[in-house]
Amino acid sequence: MSKKQPCLDFSSGWGYEPSPENADHIQLKKKYELFIDGKFVKPTKGKYFDTINPATEQKLAEIAEADETDVNKAVKAARNSYENVWSKMPAAERGKYIFRIARMIQERAREFAVIETLDGGKPIRESRDIDIPLAANYFFYYAGWADKLAYAFPNRNPKPLGVAGQIIPWNFPLLMAAWKIAPALATGNTVVLKPAETTSLTALKLAEIIADSGLPPGVVNIVTGGGKTGAAIVNHKDINKIAFTGSTDVGKLIQHSLANTNKKLTLELGGKAANIIFDDAPLDQAVEGIVNGIFFNQGHVCCAGSRLFIQENVAETVIQKLKDRMETLIVGDPMDKNTDIGAINSKQQLETIQKYISIGKKEGADFYQSSCNLPKKGYFCKPTLFLNTSQSHRVVQEEIFGPVLTIQTFRTVEEVIEKANNIPYGLSAGVWTDKGSRIFNMTSKLRAGVVWANTYNKFDPTSPFGGYKESGFGREGGLHGLQPYLSL
Amino acid sequence: MKSAISIPDFSKSPAIDQVGVEERVARFTARSIKKASKVQGLKMALNMIDLTTLEGKDTEGKVKQMCYKAMHLHDVLPGLPNVAAVCVYPTMVRTAKQALKDSDVKVASVSTAFPSGQSTRKVKLLDTTFAVENGADEIDMVISRGEFLKGNYNFVFDEIAAIKEACGKARLKVIFETGELSTLDNVRRASDIAMYAGADFIKTSTGKISPAATMPVSLVMLEAIRDYYYKTGIMVGMKPAGGISTAKLALHYLVMVKETLGNAWLNNHWFRFGASSLANDILMQLAKEATGVYQGSEYFSKD
Repeated sequence: MSKKQPCLDFSSGWGYEPSPENADHIQLKKKYELFIDGKFVKPTKGKYFDTINPATEQKLAEIAEADETDVNKAVKAARNSYENVWSKMPAAERGKYIFRIARMIQERAREFAVIETLDGGKPIRESRDIDIPLAANYFFYYAGWADKLAYAFPNRNPKPLGVAGQIIPWNFPLLMAAWKIAPALATGNTVVLKPAETTSLTALKLAEIIADSGLPPGVVNIVTGGGKTGAAIVNHKDINKIAFTGSTDVGKLIQHSLANTNKKLTLELGGKAANIIFDDAPLDQAVEGIVNGIFFNQGHVCCAGSRLFIQENVAETVIQKLKDRMETLIVGDPMDKNTDIGAINSKQQLETIQKYISIGKKEGADFYQSSCNLPKKGYFCKPTLFLNTSQSHRVVQEEIFGPVLTIQTFRTVEEVIEKANNIPYGLSAGVWTDKGSRIFNMTSKLRAGVVWANTYNKFDPTSPFGGYKESGFGREGGLHGLQPYLSL
Repeated sequence: MKSAISIPDFSKSPAIDQVGVEERVARFTARSIKKASKVQGLKMALNMIDLTTLEGKDTEGKVKQMCYKAMHLHDVLPGLPNVAAVCVYPTMVRTAKQALKDSDVKVASVSTAFPSGQSTRKVKLLDTTFAVENGADEIDMVISRGEFLKGNYNFVFDEIAAIKEACGKARLKVIFETGELSTLDNVRRASDIAMYAGADFIKTSTGKISPAATMPVSLVMLEAIRDYYYKTGIMVGMKPAGGISTAKLALHYLVMVKETLGNAWLNNHWFRFGASSLANDILMQLAKEATGVYQGSEYFSKD
């Protein structure tokens, strides 16, 4: 046959000019201090570390490094305000403060979005449309619960725990702060929060809002630093509850050190979610779900749909559609409003991703990347596929936390359930089918905290989120998210 | 020799998820088109317009005026393209053809008892032949929505194929009137039927029913065109019609075409806007890009 192989051209012709978001209205200080007892204070040892823009590798600001003494001060402030102010305040009053914080985030949404993108590398489209509005929504949602806890847990006697130590990751800096702080305050606890080392800025901006909101000093304290600062929080004797979101390795260490203590613990750790496409699924929308599942936030998402399972009879079609869609993904300057995939959060994370890419190649998986150009400076990674993989490949077993998707095919429902569950993680999963009964069958058999049906990576304050197995325990969000901060 | 194309079972057209389609559309509308790419996009859109008058009160005089507009969109602004075609009733084809003389503007004629399509095969064929014999370059037919909704897909298929034959060299656009088809699954199925029956273009609406063209409906049709192209190697054109009246919305459509079908479809041989008031809004935007200020609507001719 002489027929030319049909192929679509996404690269030549009409294109989009750069359309960068304006950053002129952003004023960053040279140095950011610790937020303890309602004031910004210098770290005891006077040590600071740099926070950089991963898209340009340029320094944005210096951040104070808290040591044990600083953490101790923060915990003391939190304890003091818990005993004397916050636990005595009528619940409706507590709610008012949380509502106020939510409104102030909305008012300064643009500023927060730009800083989130500068500091973390995520595309402005995501920080503007998802991270910041969602963070405000979590505060709004939990503000509403503050004076209704008795209705949330009828015939129980919900009481706050005391001081909560909270450690959050770098993939959704402000949003994770909201997930942690909002339910803790609504339930009457006080907080010592540590943002991730590479993304402290929006948490410190939130501290400014908290100071402006008139929240009593010491109710929220924000201490910045790395692993040592985190360890000081975890091991502090006067903390009643630890909430951690981050890697499974660190989560295990935390659980280990909390053994033999009275501290309550919730962990939200890694994941390696199965995203399952059946042959009757709406395939074009499923492809969109695959893209949202793995390339959202550069794949730095613990619930990312990083293991794709396609029913064998539609695998070829789906992969063709996916490759075409990947050609239209714009990778580059996170500040550009048209960018779909921004910068990898840090050099270290880029190296991890590259390590896994070379492992996958060595394992003999079929390697595919879209044909986009990457900026010369900054940490970037092309959207990547490993095709024809199996459960025995390391790139399938281990969390990569980057824009790297592994693809396997399957034949039957039983087979895909077995393979989807055949992993130490159990945070999330996706199911794509036109058949409602199959969705319910799958959701009852998949060992995952969240199962999305015909969509992926959707978050809402009313919905609980959390994992099975090595993905952690405890739930955040929704009514369930109140429970870890209460004694019932 | 061309290999034979096997006709699929249209009752098994792919499933469409409306929520997912709307989410994808939201991504297109979030694209920011500025400066040079905006000007280029607007000129491209202008060149894709089928300038349309389809009213009971149409006269030769009205059609002549519109044809003049088609060739002289806004002469004070140099470097503008013409529109792609004018779209009229069969009785106005001869007038339009004469008025457009040697210009590159084509004449499209609606046909097959437009807009309802409620007539016999015989009348529809006559209607089409009449338009073609009067010089129509393109025929915009309507499908029999009643038969489609009854599940009579073979009837719809055969009718399109018969009209295609009557078109001769004229290119055939097949109008689904998506506002009457109710679901995106139906839109997808109608697209498959029309393309396999020989449509050169698939078109959303007559403009007489609300809702007319929407981005979700158009996306489903573009995806059907893409799938058909991959299966057969044959390109099919797309024409959203009705309800696209602003330059901004036109740019959103171009983004959607570019990211779904690629650059081969970004010209008026493969993509059209069926619209009457869109041209002036684009002209207003182009004048603003050229002069830096917006001009009032009275500075742009209305024909």
